[in-house]
Amino acid sequence: MLVGGEQGASAFRVKGVFILQNSTKTFSVQEMIQVKKQKKNTSSTIEKIVPILLLFTAIVSVLTTLGIVLTLIVETFTFFSRVSIVEFFTSTKWYPFSPTQGSYGVLPLVVGTLKVTGIAAIVAIPIGLATAIFLSEYASDRTRRIIKPILEVLAGIPTIVYGFFALTFVTPLLREFIPSLEIFNALSPGIVIGIMITPMIASLSEDAMSSVPNSMREGALALGSTKLEVSLKVVLPAAISGVIASVVLAVSRAIGETMIVAVAGGSTPSMSWDLTSSIQTMTAYIVQVSQGDAGYGTTIYYSIYAVGFTLFVFTLVMNLFAQFISRRFREEY
Amino acid sequence: MNATMEKQRVRIVQGEEKQVEMENKNIVYKTDQLNLWYGENHALKNINLDIYENEVTAIIGPSGCGKSTYIKTLNRMIELVPGVKTSGEIAYRGRNIFDRSYGVEELRTKVGMVFQKPNPFPKSIYENVAYGPKIHGIRDKKILDQIVEKSLKGAAIWDEVKDRLHQNAYGLSGGQQQRLCIARCLAIEPDVILMDEPTSALDPISTLKVEELVQELKKEFSIIIVTHNMQQAARISDKTAFFLNGEVIEFTDTNKIFSTPSDKRTEDYITGRFG
Repeated sequence: MLVGGEQGASAFRVKGVFILQNSTKTFSVQEMIQVKKQKKNTSSTIEKIVPILLLFTAIVSVLTTLGIVLTLIVETFTFFSRVSIVEFFTSTKWYPFSPTQGSYGVLPLVVGTLKVTGIAAIVAIPIGLATAIFLSEYASDRTRRIIKPILEVLAGIPTIVYGFFALTFVTPLLREFIPSLEIFNALSPGIVIGIMITPMIASLSEDAMSSVPNSMREGALALGSTKLEVSLKVVLPAAISGVIASVVLAVSRAIGETMIVAVAGGSTPSMSWDLTSSIQTMTAYIVQVSQGDAGYGTTIYYSIYAVGFTLFVFTLVMNLFAQFISRRFREEY
Repeated sequence: MNATMEKQRVRIVQGEEKQVEMENKNIVYKTDQLNLWYGENHALKNINLDIYENEVTAIIGPSGCGKSTYIKTLNRMIELVPGVKTSGEIAYRGRNIFDRSYGVEELRTKVGMVFQKPNPFPKSIYENVAYGPKIHGIRDKKILDQIVEKSLKGAAIWDEVKDRLHQNAYGLSGGQQQRLCIARCLAIEPDVILMDEPTSALDPISTLKVEELVQELKKEFSIIIVTHNMQQAARISDKTAFFLNGEVIEFTDTNKIFSTPSDKRTEDYITGRFG
């Protein structure tokens, strides 16, 4: 409906807009919406297509994951048709390159991975949590605004850089104190992986702790709690599911870490729990074989799938465990 | 009609109180020339107030008049706001709370607080009440059990929760949560309880329960309550302070302030002409 309006009319009206400066006609906003709506009809087809496109992209990523797992399983089966599954999981000898009779017992690689991951966790969990508590409960806004981006930069450093940092800086430094330390060892890459995952724990835990409502801190302070008591007995428990999630994510990252151990860990599978000697982790073995030490179709070639599958099970179990723990300890507010 | 009945009831209550007051009550809080600034904003101006033992003191006034600021100053929670400055003195039991030697934790152990919105910890009902005694070093399970039961009974919520003490406090209704917060506060047996609009987030029935509770609690505690509900102040308090723009306009017996206010602004506010 057109609303007749005279320019310069004394009565002010809310409805109606002059399209042209000197026009004597005004148009109501509803009128213009009607006109535009006819053009909009094409957009309703877009509205219908968009969800289909989005669904398609979602399916692509799901299918990719399924494809990877399927390949892993199929090739692992091929491996187990050649090597007994019992030998693979119980034998303590890993000599795939043995010229006479290769021996495939994955345990030495698992031990290597566990040693490195354990050291990393021992380094990262206390430092990461302490940083998170400091940033969330004690630091001023200014300090937090400076430190958080620095942590996030640390998380973006390529792991090969960390690997050389371990080999050329940390190892020589440690040898000053531990003369028996070999050039390739478990300790140095373990510490450096710990440094690498610390920002992850700190940053994600800080997010979880900052999102605890202030009213809870006030409630605790009003009962005469000190700041430390508030942090450890109210805020940390309230954020525990987020904190555990961050730790598990970081530890999974340590288990799967490849470059640092490949560069600084060595390539000697070993059952020993000694931290000063050369090791090989599951990931480092896969790198070694992928670099061309074995031809396509050989047992060694298939063994990397079996090792990869073992690794996959490790991180899967970690994630399920994390979900269980965080559901068990969740404090809802 | 209802209002006149209400007034009569208040008068009767006040009449009883008068006799008790003859026993010469002790001063709990003596506020002397208190000024407070948020940065440049002068929020409290020359406040002088005496708060007596085992009484309910209500603080009323329009939004932004400084009533919440004042009650938070009494346990120094206001210091959590950055850029707060104070001058003057608040003596709690004769000792200036702004003294350097006065530990803020020590003060808050004596002066409990109930907040506007219920804020239980995301723990079980039991752990909520036991939190205060625990951080102050009481670890004996048997003693804690007794404290929890006594506090929950004191907050008139025991019967509703005794069968689910170990369930999460967030499963309770808003009104129950607020009474749980009162129980949490009672668990360390404070001397004074500060209540900052404790019923503003509650429904009328829960509000009534909290009001009845306040009447019970004043036998053992001194209570200071901020409220924007004038009927509430009239119903439950012995003395009322009217705050406006950071100043105390009038501070006297509740029945007097609601029947014959001496200041025109008080009269305008309580008759609903502004605010």
